[in-house]
Amino acid sequence: MSKLGKITRRTFMVAGAVVAGGVAFGVYTDRRTSANPLTVDAGESTLNSWLIIDAQGVQIVTPRAEMGQGTQSTLAALVAEELDVAWEDIRVLHGPPAEAYYNGAILAAGLPFADYAKTGFQEAIGENLEFIAKLLKFQVTGGSSAMADGFVKMRMAGATAREALKAAAAEQLDVSPRALKTENGEVIAPDGRKLSYIALAAQAVEHMPKTATLRPASEWKYIGKSMPRLDMVDKSTGTAQFGIDARPEGLRFAAVKMNPRLGGEMRSFDDSAAKTMPGVEKIIDLGTGVAVVATNTWLAQQAVDAIEVDWGDAPYPVDSTAIFDVIKASFDDDPNAVLREDGDAEAPLPQGATAIEAEYTVPYLAHAAMEPLNATALYTGDALHMTVGNQAPVMVQKNCAKALDLDVEAVTVETPYMGGGFGRRGEYDWTVLAARIAKEMQGTPVKMTYSREEDMRHDFYRPGAMARFKGTVKDGKAVTMDGKIAGQSCAQQAMGRWLGLPASGPDKAHLEGAFDQPYTIPNYRIAGHLADLDVPVGFWRSVGSSFNGFFHESFIDEMAHAAGADPLAFRLELMRDEDPRSYNVLEAVGKLSNWNGPKPDNIGRGVAFTYSFGTPVAEVIEVEDTGDGIRIKRAFIACDVGVALDPKNVEAQMFGGLVYGLSAATTGEITFADGKVEQGNFYDYDGLRMGAMPEVAVTVLASGTAPSGAGEPGTPPAAPALANALFDLTGKRARRLPLIEDFDLIL
Amino acid sequence: MAKDLMINGATHRVDLPGEVPLLWVLRDEIGLTGTKFGCGVSACGACTVHIDGEAVRSCQVALEDVTGDITTIEGLGTPDAMHALQTAWVDHQVAQCGYCQSGQIMQAAALLAQTPDPTDADIDEAMQGNLCRCGTYPRIRAAIHTAASTMKNAG
Repeated sequence: MSKLGKITRRTFMVAGAVVAGGVAFGVYTDRRTSANPLTVDAGESTLNSWLIIDAQGVQIVTPRAEMGQGTQSTLAALVAEELDVAWEDIRVLHGPPAEAYYNGAILAAGLPFADYAKTGFQEAIGENLEFIAKLLKFQVTGGSSAMADGFVKMRMAGATAREALKAAAAEQLDVSPRALKTENGEVIAPDGRKLSYIALAAQAVEHMPKTATLRPASEWKYIGKSMPRLDMVDKSTGTAQFGIDARPEGLRFAAVKMNPRLGGEMRSFDDSAAKTMPGVEKIIDLGTGVAVVATNTWLAQQAVDAIEVDWGDAPYPVDSTAIFDVIKASFDDDPNAVLREDGDAEAPLPQGATAIEAEYTVPYLAHAAMEPLNATALYTGDALHMTVGNQAPVMVQKNCAKALDLDVEAVTVETPYMGGGFGRRGEYDWTVLAARIAKEMQGTPVKMTYSREEDMRHDFYRPGAMARFKGTVKDGKAVTMDGKIAGQSCAQQAMGRWLGLPASGPDKAHLEGAFDQPYTIPNYRIAGHLADLDVPVGFWRSVGSSFNGFFHESFIDEMAHAAGADPLAFRLELMRDEDPRSYNVLEAVGKLSNWNGPKPDNIGRGVAFTYSFGTPVAEVIEVEDTGDGIRIKRAFIACDVGVALDPKNVEAQMFGGLVYGLSAATTGEITFADGKVEQGNFYDYDGLRMGAMPEVAVTVLASGTAPSGAGEPGTPPAAPALANALFDLTGKRARRLPLIEDFDLIL
Repeated sequence: MAKDLMINGATHRVDLPGEVPLLWVLRDEIGLTGTKFGCGVSACGACTVHIDGEAVRSCQVALEDVTGDITTIEGLGTPDAMHALQTAWVDHQVAQCGYCQSGQIMQAAALLAQTPDPTDADIDEAMQGNLCRCGTYPRIRAAIHTAASTMKNAG
């Protein structure tokens, strides 16, 4: 095993403060049960924070929001597995903002340790962070953590409810609860008498046990099977309710125009033309921008477009060149953290060794979810109701309350489906704008919708980043890898924004995907340099691994080439003694892709591997020179998610993650000029289209006893696998993204 | 302008400025929210509906220019009586976030009406204007083939 244990307790404490917001560690003793936040009407019963039984049957309340990752169906399956409800009878709700729905797995993932080599001490620290998450009411959908968090919790919610329903039935039937069985929403007595959960619910509330025995995997009927997603029919018939589809009675529609120099002020505006435009009901000064409320979204948009604004300057350098100069200069500063330091990266070059080095650059990126940001708000003078697709309802509630000077309890948040999130909807900025607009329209619900341009130009971007790697190889083997990664810290910026805390400590998110990879390299050092810039940055599907995967796996490939070794065999050799789970994944993708099979001259093949969010993922991409350009022909993915709760959904997340990575790798780039983001819509910031989509095959392995992440880990290996395939085909290294700048790709 | 629109077999009277795009008439005025706003510039296909059977981007058709019968995703099929494409979408578990899927399905329906047995190249060409950021393309392709075969067998 590697020497990751070098991280001392003290450095961890600093990191813990960054991750958890400086909350004292004493809170880990907080083992009380969170209050059940669910309120029910007459005739309904809530057995715990995850269950309501009404006249129609069982409603499962999920702590996480559905943004396409299938989380609500799988979380429901975990409850139903123990509760014995027929699949077609399950209804799912998203829980309100509440401590009960804290995410106990997400903060532990921010600790500066390599997940694959966790020690007992590190595990224990992670468990303590779970209680900090509870204290912070950290109800967040993100970090590919819903299944790790919910795997026991949701099954326990079902099992305890089942036992309570049995206890209630035992009373009614005057038999021992042990004699009773449960099936399809009913308790069944030995003599065949049946009592429905609906009839038992009110009485069962009095019988809720603290704990119950969970069923062994051998008895699972839903877990491990590919279940039809509960949202699939609605999403195929246009009946699914997204945030943007909210239509409360008397609804008005709003559009906004905020300073495109992000963080800058608004000096003045002229709304004389807008005022007289059709449908316009109100124009609102938002301080750093303006809003128009109208009778139709399009009319509101037209009017807001007609407002002339004098914008103040941005607090960051005016263009991409100047921004990247700051990033480059940060290489000369002391590192923020060295999170891997095996051997001696500065040892003299051994005789007969080959030294190589490379510099890589990746751009800023937008999230660009299909559903533009929007929120519907109703302010009634002493209360605010928000309907908004979001990944962090407690944060929405808190910040909207603050903006309107309301008690937190006076703000309710409804979380419908999200038309994609990818990390963008884990922020709250736009929800506060909607709340402020609603305050000016007291008594009238207002739906604020961003134009696509507003959405793309007011993002918290994936940071642009650079890397400098040095390596040595000898006798076909890796001797040294010494990498430095420079860019803005999205974690530190977010902690300031979300928790109002100063940033400090080693930033794992900046180095994940590079420092924590399961390779045995005798001299192995990964250092992070943070660029002090105020470009708004945030969490983008797979976070640091989205760029570090590209840096690290491109350089491993360069080392393999310098060593004269096959890129797959080179990696396997480095992984053999480090992490068997990763080794098996890499071997599986080799088999799936027939890596050693015949390869015509016009075909290039590349492999990449990234361990992220607890899941090792290996991808092989095949490119073809068609004579008219290069096309991405086939893609192969192997992953190990520990326990594959729903294999078909895991498969979808893996190839979906690949596509998100390929979209960015091929054409994705956000650039700045005059302090503003230059791209505005899908014609200049596009995603992969049907015609460019490679054939794809996925192998899902499950070698563990608990599930690991699925939503994000498919993304990081996509860019380097493609870049390495392009090298194999053309002999030219791809050291900057997007690839369209340097390669003749057919998209 | 006041205008009668025939949408999914029913007449709707609307009174809005003539330049308001059909998308915003459907969504904000009539309440047919299955048709989605994605880009406003005909670059993503999320707002695709049929006018007289032809797939159009409703964000680019002004109310005053609408001539013909409109079909939206709600008119193609319902949860209780799904179109063959919608059934295939469910069978293949196509949707992830699902936001683009109304547009994808309406585009695919227009394709199958013209080309009942499309090749992969036909699908690529017809579906190129419909963006899916979740990357559901492999299952969209498979679902179109399945629906084509169901419709052929039924026909």
